[in-house]
This record gives sequence, C-alpha cells and structure tokens, in this order.
Amino acid sequence: MDIKEELKPPQDSVVVEDSYHMVTRRGFVSWLTVGWGAFAGATAIMGAAFQRFLFPNVLREPPQEFKIGFPNDFLEGVVDLRMQDKYGIWVVRGFDPATSQTGIYVLSVICTHLGCTPTWLESEAKFKCPCHGSGFYKTGINFEGPAPRPLERFRVVLAEDGQVQVDKGKKFQYEKGEWTQPEAFLKV
Amino acid sequence: MEALRHTINAFATPTTIYLSSVALFAIAMWKMEIVVKPLVMIPVVIVTVLGTIFALTDDHFFKLVTLPDNIPITIMLATVGYFTWYALKKGVENDKRLSENRPLIEQEQDRRVMTWPNLVYIEFICLIAITVFLIFWSIGFQAPLEEPANPTVTPNPAKAPWYFLGLQEMLVYFDPWLAGVVFPGLIVVGLMALPYIDPNPKGNGYYSFKDRRLVIGYYLFGFLIQWVLLIVLGTFMRGPGWSFFGPFQEWDPHKVEALTNINLSELLWVKLLNIGLPKNILLREGVGIVVVLGYLVALPPLLAKTIFKKLYQELSFIRFQIMCFLFLAMLSLPIKMILRWTINLKYIVAIPEFFFNI
Ligand code: FES
Repeated sequence: MDIKEELKPPQDSVVVEDSYHMVTRRGFVSWLTVGWGAFAGATAIMGAAFQRFLFPNVLREPPQEFKIGFPNDFLEGVVDLRMQDKYGIWVVRGFDPATSQTGIYVLSVICTHLGCTPTWLESEAKFKCPCHGSGFYKTGINFEGPAPRPLERFRVVLAEDGQVQVDKGKKFQYEKGEWTQPEAFLKV
Repeated sequence: MEALRHTINAFATPTTIYLSSVALFAIAMWKMEIVVKPLVMIPVVIVTVLGTIFALTDDHFFKLVTLPDNIPITIMLATVGYFTWYALKKGVENDKRLSENRPLIEQEQDRRVMTWPNLVYIEFICLIAITVFLIFWSIGFQAPLEEPANPTVTPNPAKAPWYFLGLQEMLVYFDPWLAGVVFPGLIVVGLMALPYIDPNPKGNGYYSFKDRRLVIGYYLFGFLIQWVLLIVLGTFMRGPGWSFFGPFQEWDPHKVEALTNINLSELLWVKLLNIGLPKNILLREGVGIVVVLGYLVALPPLLAKTIFKKLYQELSFIRFQIMCFLFLAMLSLPIKMILRWTINLKYIVAIPEFFFNI
C-alpha cells in the first residue's frame, strides 16, 4: 500500500473524553516545574562534581628563580639549549644590539604568537616556530611569520657565589622598551 | 619524469596555486553550462587520476598521501568534487528547462515521500554503515601514538587535525584573536544566518544555478577555495617550520625562504618617507587604520553600485550590510595572504602594545 495512504489518520476517529487520563493545565505546569527542577538540580550536582577536575592532582611547579652556572660555562656567540627542557629558557652569550654590549641574556622559549616552542636552527642562526612559521633572530627579535612581538627575556643577575641567576618571575618585553633595563641583560 | 617534477615544484608557490585555483573557479562560475558537461568533466577526471598516479610514483608524495591521517583528505576531495559537480549539473539542467518553459526535474519526477519511515530509515542504515566503517578503519589504521606531551618540545611541523588546517593556515596571516576567535565565529554565525539574510525563494527545493549564480559562487568560494584548498595546502605543502614546499620536495627543516616581514607602518614611515616610526601610535598606524575602516565602511556602498547591484535591490538595507560585511571579512583572508606572499606585508595595523594587529 502507498505509504501516504497508510499514514493518513482514520477519517472517522472520535475524540473520546477520558477524565482519568485528562491532564489539567495546572497539573501539567506543576509537573513540568518538578521535572525541570530535578533536571536543573542534577545538572548542578554534576557541575559541582566536575569542579574537581579543574584542579590538577599533581602540580609541577619548577622554581622560578635558579642558578644556571658560571658565566664562563657559556660560550661566546652560542645559543645554549641545555636549559630548554628543565627551565624553559635559552641562554645566549654574545653581543646584544639592544644595549650595544656583550654579555648574557635569557630568552623565553615560548613563541609570542600562540605559544609553541620554536626550534633553534644553527646554520640559519634563527629560531623557527613549527606551528605557523614565525622566525626570531638570536636576539629574540621577530622577523618573519605572524609573531607580533619579540621573544620575552627574563631577569638575569650574578649571584653572590659568582653564578648566573635567572628569575623567570620578572620578564622584559622589547616592545615596551624594557630590554635596556639593567637586569634584562648581564654584562660580562 | 624528474624534469616534470622539478617544473611542478618550481611552479608550486602559494601565490601561483592560489591564484590559478581562483582563476579556474572564476571560469567555472562564468561558463558553468559548459564546465559541467560530461564531455568536459570526463577528461578532467582522467587527467586528475593520471596526475595522481604520476604523483604517487614520487616517494615523498606517496608517503604523505598514504599517511593514515591524510587518507580522509583524499576521500573528501573525491566526494566534494563529485557532489559539487552533481548539484551544479542538475542546476544547469534546470536552468535550461526553465528557459524553455519545461517543468523542472523535480516536478517531472515527483519523488516526495514521508520523512517517517523513508528518511529516518535511511539515516538509521547510514548510521550503522558508518559505525561499521569506522570500526574497520580504526582496526586498519593505527592512531599515531607519540611520546608523552612535553611543553618545551613542539613537533616540527606541528599540525592541527587535518580538517582544521585551513584555520591553522589562517593563523599565519592574522593575529590569534582574529584568526582564532573572530573569523571562526563569523564563519559559524554567518552560515547560520544565511537563510535569514537571503530570503530569495528561487532555488528553494530544486536545483538551480543561473538564478543564484552570485550567491552560489559566494558560498562555493568560501568552501572550496578558502577551506578545502587551504586544507590541501596546509597538509601537503607545509613542512617543518611551516615553510612552503612543492609537492615533490623533500621536507627539509633548514629550508631558507626570504620571508622578512614588514608592517604597513614601517613600509610607509621607514621605507617610503625615510623618517623613522613616529612615537604616537595613532599617527604611526593611521594609514593602516584608515585602510581597514575604508575597506569595511566605504566598500559596501561601492559594491552596491557595482557587482552586488542586483543583490542590493533584492535585499533590505540591513541584510545587505550584513551580507557585505561577511563577504568582505571572507575576502580579507585572500587579500592578506597575497600581500604576505608577494610583498611580505605583516600587519596593516600593528599595535603589539595592545595586542591589536590586523
Ligand atoms: S605559535 Fe609560533 S608561529 Fe604560531
């Protein structure tokens, strides 16, 4: 049989008034309220339970201030990648055009575009970001790709025992003219 | 063979690929009656298949295409191609029928049926079929498991899932707040708003092309060129360091491209006027701001007088403005891409002090 025919409501059906199954408007609304209330309550409890996931079980917080060795551990003109994994920094010793001095400065390994970690390409003398291709000079200045500003530098000073001390709690941004501040750069 | 590969590699720059795709697209839109003919399409398919077979003889290309992650792209290309052609062919045929005053395909063979059970059953069967397919797929192709995540190591190249590679490509040209928030938002909201912006009843419930050429072109441009093409570019031609590689070029992380960027303000104040950047931000970026505002504010009335003339008459004022805004937002991507590729323009308005770059 044709489907359309089959689905037509029977012509002579009569609406039967059945007071037992009748739902009053008031009854309907109050059931609705109960239903939605229960739903909202359950959702709220679930939501509250989920709050727990916002707080990690283990919090790995490496020290913000640390010593990285003596100035002479760093070779002139070399980008030091040894601290990348442990502290998330690159240490460069060499001439810094921002201050026109020779010394040590510490770069953050976080691309200023969206936060990937660029790779240091020795032969091209640049940091190149794998995510969208931003390029940074050894000094941290951005020159290619979408990164809007140079890499950040961290506070670097000489500790009492003569070691180089880095403080990631204080950063220096080039676009704010902070690289010329005294502790953005360690003269050696 | 080698020589051919080299030529293709040399030809394959973002600009040439993009512009030639746009040119092909424009031709197709203009001469659709001819393009959809089997006489044209069959050779195109044959050439594509032969070209693919030739390309697969290359080791690098073969490895790339047969990567489990990338096989869906091939499937997508085939299906998108087929269904687009199918719809347009029907549309062209209906156009012909309309002009000859014959009934439409849809009227001639009235195949309307009830949603229940016909459609729902088919959907249910599809659901089962796809589930089976996915189960076999997941058995056949292993998910690429890598080392535990390490915040200081980013794989090179670092790629989003393939269907997001268009978005990732967008991030190369725009600031994250634009390419990651505003544009995706506009795409989603814009697509949802389309039926309300465009109340034209033509093409409702039947295939058509000529009556809706502009709108169909508008949509297909966004989908085929701005989404599908960018996925293909992003997957197959972006290598380590997000450098651009030809299809048969080994991915060398040390590839050097001359990409030193320049902002519009630098171009103007330093290169052209030779007086250095002014200290005042508004003065420095003034030209860029004027350009952007002009683009968004002055162009719609101009469009209303020229290519969108018919649309302007059909739509109410506000609808037209929204339509224009979405259109211009979409077009800003290719404009920016081409400016980057050709003159290495980085940002038209560059205010890194406030994270505001366009
Ligand atoms: S995150 Fe480095 S370029 Fe986008």
